[in-house]
Amino acid sequence: MKCKKFLAVIAACALIIASLAGFAGCKKSEDVITLRVCSWEEYIDLGGWDEAIELESGKTIKGEKSMVDDFTEEFNKTHDYKVKVEYSTFGTNEDLYNRLSLGDEYDLVCPSDYMLMKLIDENRVEEFSAEFLNKENAENYYINCVSPYIANVFDDYKWSNLAACYMWGTTGLVYNPKKVDDISDVSTWKILTNEKYKRQVTVKDNVRDAYFATLGIINSENLTSPDFNGDLTELLNDVSTPTIRQAEDVLKQIKDNVYSFETDAGKSDMVTGKVIANYQWSGDAVYIMDQADEDNTELWYSVPDECANLWFDGWVMLKSGIEGNEQRKTAAEAFINYLSRPESAVRNMYYIGYTSAIAGEEVFEYMQWNYAADEDAKKTFEYDLSYFFGGEHKIIADSAEFGFDDENINRGRQLFAQYPSASVIERSVVMRDFGDKLSEINQMWINVRCLDLKDISPVTIGVTCAVVGVIIIAVLLYVFRYKLFINYKLKEGYVKVEN
Amino acid sequence: MKKLRFNRSQLCIPYAVFLILFVIAPLFVILYYAFTNGQGKFTFDNFANFFTSTNTLGTLLYSFAVAIVTTFVCLVLAYPTAYILARSNFKKKYVLLLLFILPMWINFTLRITALKEILSVIEGNIAAYPFLNSVIGMTFDFLPFMILPLYTSLLKLDKSLLEAASDLGANRFTVFFRITLPLSVPGIISGVTMVLLPSMTNYVVLDMLYNSTYIMGSLIGSYFSAYDWHNGSMISIVLLVIIFIVTLVTNRFSDKDTDARRTIL
Repeated sequence: MKCKKFLAVIAACALIIASLAGFAGCKKSEDVITLRVCSWEEYIDLGGWDEAIELESGKTIKGEKSMVDDFTEEFNKTHDYKVKVEYSTFGTNEDLYNRLSLGDEYDLVCPSDYMLMKLIDENRVEEFSAEFLNKENAENYYINCVSPYIANVFDDYKWSNLAACYMWGTTGLVYNPKKVDDISDVSTWKILTNEKYKRQVTVKDNVRDAYFATLGIINSENLTSPDFNGDLTELLNDVSTPTIRQAEDVLKQIKDNVYSFETDAGKSDMVTGKVIANYQWSGDAVYIMDQADEDNTELWYSVPDECANLWFDGWVMLKSGIEGNEQRKTAAEAFINYLSRPESAVRNMYYIGYTSAIAGEEVFEYMQWNYAADEDAKKTFEYDLSYFFGGEHKIIADSAEFGFDDENINRGRQLFAQYPSASVIERSVVMRDFGDKLSEINQMWINVRCLDLKDISPVTIGVTCAVVGVIIIAVLLYVFRYKLFINYKLKEGYVKVEN
Repeated sequence: MKKLRFNRSQLCIPYAVFLILFVIAPLFVILYYAFTNGQGKFTFDNFANFFTSTNTLGTLLYSFAVAIVTTFVCLVLAYPTAYILARSNFKKKYVLLLLFILPMWINFTLRITALKEILSVIEGNIAAYPFLNSVIGMTFDFLPFMILPLYTSLLKLDKSLLEAASDLGANRFTVFFRITLPLSVPGIISGVTMVLLPSMTNYVVLDMLYNSTYIMGSLIGSYFSAYDWHNGSMISIVLLVIIFIVTLVTNRFSDKDTDARRTIL
């Protein structure tokens, strides 16, 4: 009995100690901030490289650990509180938006241009602190290193204090030059309705990209004429009802002509040669061309003459996540600044293939490391990237490999896909959010994608009717099997007995 | 302390909880969305939308066509296979069965990707034959679901019945139609239910194979990704009703064979 009491006392002591320790632990954990980041899938360096980038300036860039781990380590060293990053991913902008509407909380998200607009319009975005935008402090990598071109675009939209650009690019066509008869075929969006390439071109399976190309087709004559002086941005953001109707007809033509509407399959279809051209985002275009190079197939990227869609993904802090917590906000801004270090930008670009909005010297050197012509190149071409990097920045590329031979550069290989030429930039447009026209356009898209009763082919109907007929006959035969044939079949030597 | 005892009905509590949380509750959510509009007001518009739009009706018809042809092809392929499997001698049987089940263990993403390559080699441009490819893809994916129930029902068939019939003078043809086939009807019905209904909605297969064919599943997906949960839910409800009717019909059809009722419900 005594023994039991003794045990009880010990147990009680143990409990008290444990709970004290628990309290202590609690107090400590207040100093750890959890930063909830949500970004695109495969959109950040995850480390584990087997190659190091050696830049001309002697700097070596290597990704051993993941970017998130490196940031955490760095932040915890330099701040008096600790940060823990919860990194999650989304597949589409709509997916992210749905999750936010359902109450998921994130501090930092990285949606595309139009979703940024939507979030900003809905007043969900937390403004950057004055310190983040302070150019004097060299530690503020984003504001100091972002490309002047991107900064301008963001200023035009009055977003500079709300969003930080991460990656950007254009949309265009990846094509196989050996299988295209005439190069002018791939320098227009009309290739999507070109009967010559029936079932040989793919288009993106999302309404925004498809609608943009459709507007390019509708306005093709106008946009390519030399005396065009209309407002490009307005023309390509036209969501009036008659235009939507017109787009529906064109999209139906596209549907009847293309190989497929794809979200991801286009990459492999292009590399394996199932299609000859593929509507693609510039970052994926780089990836496809790299893959095809490994298979000894040469693919090119072209931005149609009518117009290009300029897109970008940017970081925004969400009010619902930050909730006025200064420490969390600092951590979020530090995260953006860490990603905006030119070195980090190079790491991310190397890992994911997209083009960073950061324009530091390291990034330019990385481009040279990638694409500068060999010494024995027969002919070289000076590719001017000053618009992006500011000052004088030209990459001396091999003309044979990149095919830049005239003033008006509308197509090229990896370098062109990563940084389009200045002439492409001139005809590129940011697509706005559809606003209150969204549901009308979505319905139009569903109408296009659906099969109308009259579109079902007679062969399909015939085959189905035949099958249904066979089934009905089989069922009837089964049901009346006794009456029809079974009773009267006997083996040889047997006689049926009537009773 | 009293010994913990469970009676039989208490053993289903875990499943009941699961059922309520993840099957019944979501059904009510779908019902709510199907009969409300964006403002949360009660409406029949979504219902009317479905049956007045030639687009949705066309897609529904097409899905039916794909599903029926797929089921038919599956049955035609699976019945002889299952019959031979069930009748073959003991040693080989398991190897053979394994050969048919093995593909099910490989992730279907991989299987469909492989199928796409094979079809591209055979047909050249797979985009030219959307219906044929849909049926092939679905058959490829669902064939094991047809073989397995048929195989089980044929396997447990009492051999002495066949022997008795033969002794009493029935030839092989009569034995098959009078004994084997009627006794395998439950297998046929559960196979048909397992293939017909999913092949109406499983759009992932078609997406991966050749993403231009729209079936009901894709349509629901499009509505959901366009934030329109109301029309999407209505389509789900309509499909649910169709599935219910199909089940009722197959049950009625197999009324005479009491075994069948047991296997379905």
